[in-house]
Amino acid sequence: MAADLNAFVTKERIEGDADADGPLADATVAVKDNISTAGIRTTCGSDMLADYVPPYSATVVDRLTEAGATVVGKTNMDEFGMGTTTETSAFGPTKNPADPERVPGGSSGGSAAAVAAGDVDVALGSDTGGSVRCPAAFCGVVGIKPTYGLVSRYGLIAYANSLEQIGPIAGTVEEAAAALDVIAGPDPNDGTTRDLREVDGADPDPSYAAAADGEVAGMTVGIPAELFDGADERVVETVEAAIDGLESRGAETTAISLPSVEHAVQAYYVIAMAEASSNLARFDGVRYGHRSDADGNWNESFAETREEGFGAEVKRRILLGTYALSAGYHDAYYDKAQDARAWVRQDFEDAFADVDVIASPTMPVLPFELGESLDDPLRMYLADANTTPVNLANLPAISVPAGEADGLPVGLQLVGPKFGEEAVIRAASAVEE
Amino acid sequence: MSDTSESTDERADAESEDAPSAVDAEEVRHVAELARVRLADDEIDAFAAQFGDILRYFEALDEVPETERDEELVNVMRPDEIEEGLSQADALRNAEETEDGFFVGPKVS
Repeated sequence: MAADLNAFVTKERIEGDADADGPLADATVAVKDNISTAGIRTTCGSDMLADYVPPYSATVVDRLTEAGATVVGKTNMDEFGMGTTTETSAFGPTKNPADPERVPGGSSGGSAAAVAAGDVDVALGSDTGGSVRCPAAFCGVVGIKPTYGLVSRYGLIAYANSLEQIGPIAGTVEEAAAALDVIAGPDPNDGTTRDLREVDGADPDPSYAAAADGEVAGMTVGIPAELFDGADERVVETVEAAIDGLESRGAETTAISLPSVEHAVQAYYVIAMAEASSNLARFDGVRYGHRSDADGNWNESFAETREEGFGAEVKRRILLGTYALSAGYHDAYYDKAQDARAWVRQDFEDAFADVDVIASPTMPVLPFELGESLDDPLRMYLADANTTPVNLANLPAISVPAGEADGLPVGLQLVGPKFGEEAVIRAASAVEE
Repeated sequence: MSDTSESTDERADAESEDAPSAVDAEEVRHVAELARVRLADDEIDAFAAQFGDILRYFEALDEVPETERDEELVNVMRPDEIEEGLSQADALRNAEETEDGFFVGPKVS
């Protein structure tokens, strides 16, 4: 079954430390193919890096194997993380184990599908605008997007640095939280990681797995109308039923307003594309990656290499990012997007003065059918309405299965304040029960 | 030739009245050149249509109020320390062409 899903790009193993004990000892993990693995090719789902073999492993991979987990393969993804369906991969689309006619979500679609199909215990994804939470929701598993700075990005091949975090995907909240316990923490190789002992208001010594205790009595859950408006009715009903379940366990719900999120998708795409246009300039065919045989000068060879190596969505984002940063358009697009980002951040900060977590559908839609959105990029972007605000505000969030609608998985998203992972894990574990 | 350019101008004018951020093939070609991505003609036409839609959607950012952007950020400093890095062989291993321990690029002009 799993082979038919096309969840893996490469199946090779990195054995875990046999002497380790702890919750990940003897666990199997799948690693998204934009996270470097020493000696195992790391393609980013792109022809550009089809033969690229990293000389070192990402910090998160070393931490998992030191904790006893064995890496069993590299998972399929939207090319360079750019997509919401895993269909932009150069290695073909991944299918959703819940319904093989449908997409698994993206961009970490292979990771979520591998977990949902029972191929692995845990998988790593990366979340720039929802790429862990979306496939977790579409495949009916749990995905955590950590606070920016909680998990090292060293060895993650960059798409949009200011937005992305590596996060775990697993079958249960507790398993995902246990993986987060292992990968979280400061790393001298990533200067944006934070030591929680030095962060005001943060738990200096958190245990994420222990937070999955289902104890939500007295917790306040904010319900923002903006993240329910316009969502598929079947999704809204399923999510509301899950929130009722939280109330019956003693949580309190309260309506809140986040007016800024109406502009989050636009701001997210402008910022992500701008950062991508800069980050992906490194793929020039000289130091690594595909190189065109074309016989021209530097600029011609560079342009030809990138025409051959990149797929349509990657080219679209590089070009739109270049456009948004170019003279005459920088103020209209990039500066305004940064204003919107600050506004979103402020909105969430204000909301968390009154509530402990914020609940909404993870995705406003049910999983797309394969091929449905591929030729309509704007439609695909709009599906990220509820996930992108979290990245703009650098916050932690989790997607937990809320139930099914028409036989398809629906995810509930819980967002917490900065470094408030334990609160969202606790609330999500109550949804599970 | 002059006929072609005239009709292109007319179309551009008509579009700019209805939809200010419509993008024409020439602009796509220009940005692709800046970004060093060669595009086939059919890709350019498809992108021009899609970029028009996407940029029109981005224009909603005009409604965003100017916002105080200062976040409390601190510089993280440490003394420089010499550590072991990649060996030259490892650093060159993924390159298509190398010579005497160097990367070989295309000719500059």
